[in-house]
Amino acid sequence: MLGFIVRRLLATIPVMGVVALFVFLMLHLSPGDPATVIAGDYASPADIERIRAKLGLDQPLHIQFGTWVWSLLQGDLGISIFSNLPVTQLIGQRLEPTLLLALTTLIITVVVAVPMGVIAAWKAGTWIDRSIMIFAVVGFSIPVFVLGYILIYFVSLKLGLLPVQGYRPISEGFFPFLRSITLPALTLSVIYIALIARITRASMLEVLDEDYVRTARAKGQLEWKVLIVHALRNAAVPIVTIIGIGIALLIGGVVVTESVYNIPGLGRLVLDAILKRDYPIIQGLILMFSFVYILINLAIDILYTLIDPRIRY
Amino acid sequence: MVSITRRRLGVLTAAAVALGAAIGLNVQAAQAETVLRVIPHADLKNVDPIWTTAYITRNHGYMVYDTLFAMDENLEPQPQMVDTWEVSEDTLTWTFVLRDGLTWHDGTPVTAEDCVASLKRWGARDGMGQKLMDVVASLEATDDKTIVMTLSEPYGLVLESIGKISSNVPFMMPKRLAETDPFEQVPEIVGSGPFMFSQEEWVPGSKVVYLRNEAYQPREESPSAAAGGKLAEVDRVEWLYIPDQTTALNALLNGEVDYWENPPVDLVPILQQNSDIVVEVLDPLGNQGMLRMNHLHPPFDNEKIRQAVVAAVNQETYMQAAIGDPEYFNVCTSLYACGSPLETTAGADLLVNPNMETAKKLLEEGGYDGTPVVILQATDIPVLNAASLVTAQTLRDIGMEVELQAMDWATLTSRRAVQDPVADGGWNVFHTWWIGGDISNPVTHTGLSTGGTERAWFGWPDDPRLEELRDAFSKETDAAAQKALADEIHARALQVVTHANFGTWFNPVAYRSNVSGLIKSPVQFFWNVSKE
Repeated sequence: MLGFIVRRLLATIPVMGVVALFVFLMLHLSPGDPATVIAGDYASPADIERIRAKLGLDQPLHIQFGTWVWSLLQGDLGISIFSNLPVTQLIGQRLEPTLLLALTTLIITVVVAVPMGVIAAWKAGTWIDRSIMIFAVVGFSIPVFVLGYILIYFVSLKLGLLPVQGYRPISEGFFPFLRSITLPALTLSVIYIALIARITRASMLEVLDEDYVRTARAKGQLEWKVLIVHALRNAAVPIVTIIGIGIALLIGGVVVTESVYNIPGLGRLVLDAILKRDYPIIQGLILMFSFVYILINLAIDILYTLIDPRIRY
Repeated sequence: MVSITRRRLGVLTAAAVALGAAIGLNVQAAQAETVLRVIPHADLKNVDPIWTTAYITRNHGYMVYDTLFAMDENLEPQPQMVDTWEVSEDTLTWTFVLRDGLTWHDGTPVTAEDCVASLKRWGARDGMGQKLMDVVASLEATDDKTIVMTLSEPYGLVLESIGKISSNVPFMMPKRLAETDPFEQVPEIVGSGPFMFSQEEWVPGSKVVYLRNEAYQPREESPSAAAGGKLAEVDRVEWLYIPDQTTALNALLNGEVDYWENPPVDLVPILQQNSDIVVEVLDPLGNQGMLRMNHLHPPFDNEKIRQAVVAAVNQETYMQAAIGDPEYFNVCTSLYACGSPLETTAGADLLVNPNMETAKKLLEEGGYDGTPVVILQATDIPVLNAASLVTAQTLRDIGMEVELQAMDWATLTSRRAVQDPVADGGWNVFHTWWIGGDISNPVTHTGLSTGGTERAWFGWPDDPRLEELRDAFSKETDAAAQKALADEIHARALQVVTHANFGTWFNPVAYRSNVSGLIKSPVQFFWNVSKE
């Protein structure tokens, strides 16, 4: 297993190299120039050229790429063109809201979706199953921003229970944090609850027809034990896979939620950077996201071996 | 059953008292500190107002820095950091003496040397500053409080330049920072203004915090636009950037913020339904839309064809599409800010009476050969997006071929700098706007520069006569003669068609009714603003 983990980690190096090259070329070959954005409406062409020179954007692409990669190898993601602050500092400021939003969403999702899927499969064909599946279809179809505005309207504006927007760091106290994260996490979790509940149901339905489940029931096992110990554990591999993909999607998917609830997270950071062509931030964040995706995939592969002893690497 | 002993009761009582005291102290602390929470019009991405012309950075500059002179509500320059000043009889030597008691936020005194260095840095970046520096023979500090500026020839806009209200504003900073290369950002934000920038609380893209400068010495005069006494009435001003308009609306309605700098006109009716919200226009000059044509390439290298476009521009149509509510727009043909002292209609016949038949006739006289017109369409800025669509339809209506190229504003800013022919990535038309404070005279109005590919603004009109007139205006010291020159420049600009004005509109602000003291000005200021 250790050998597998080391091999997988070593394999990330060429993957990250390809990502770095792709991101760099994609940004630098697409239209838009940060120098013209900085220079503003009053600048002369000479001013723009001077700004480009100061930013090193007048250098040939291969030199710019080499300089960036050399800095990366030293752990330096660069300096934001606009704010003049280190990209690592900007990411550090935004990491907590995004991570905690993703984590809270994940907890809500797993706690709600897996039991829903199990119950739907257990009561397949009944009104309970149909109700859960209707919820899943609606939850999967409703756009995140629409759901966000609906929740804000009723929960915040009409009932005055939770704030409309903003994020309170956990260092300011757990309850202020919880108040600020509840609505965004609920909004974001609905789509994932719908997705994971459907996958859980489908996977459980397959397993519930297996002989060993029938045997367990024939032995007089309690129904909850049949469902949880025998069926769910065997149905878990596709569920864990989809939860893993869900985490990866969450990191990208928080952009809209962060905008609707005005949470200063990584999603907003990358969006603002793209609009201003702040290359170091975009490059640093995409690299970081890629690395996180790779780690999540690795973690899922390791989890498989814990869930299913037949899987060995 | 749980029994409550006397000892346990005592502990509980003590805990309750301590908790109550703590809550009480917190309440007192919260009451003691007044915080004004503002949704600004944009995110503060950079904090050096000389390095960038972004309006949000200019507004940040007004929080932190002070100026030697500042414009009052009549756009007249008034002394701000300066106490007294005099000008020699030949108008070549200007002497400024600083007020007593001015200090930087780091506690050191403001000196004339600091101000000289600041003026030089500003003069290297700002268009109006560069024009002033062209005639400055020497600029020096003769003692701690005295600045002497010697000119090589008379110049009519000395105070207007160093007191200009909009980007780049000549903000004063300590010499050690003002000596930073003007094309690099200053490493530290130290000013002498009414608020101090809280560097450690700055989260770009989210939050900016300013703290009251207790050492600030305001002038005694009442505030008037950028001039007069700057009293910081609140302890903290927090700029909370909320890019989503619906979220911003909800935050203001819910009392989570106090002031919203630029609510879209579409949302104003919702705000007006709430009795706790005040909606008003604070900027008396508004914004003026500009339809800019590229003079380098066909078909707009032809004066008649440019005039045809001007003849077809119906401001009412543009404003209906871009703004909607007539309460917030104005049909006004002056290329100078409408409502400013130089507002004029000189030479504006085509704009005053838009006529499609006249436009078609001019197009024919210009020999238009069906060359397609490429319009750069900034789809992420609603006003400019609407203006692009109206222009496209207007040009089609007079018989031109049009190609709309959709892009975001950041892409447009780099495309518009391309001087190559359209086939090689160039362009024919784009739209933008100016705030009234930027276009109140022919020198600050960058769109009127006609120095060709080397010195003119994007679109690169080339007309030596117009440049001569602008130069004469800047050197004229008599107000009546300046006004006559301004009219002549206006007429000439419309004859050669530097650009077309597609309308003037006014962005309202919205704030909670417990906020008062807002200043009417083309730029939003937060001194004098109090919160109950």
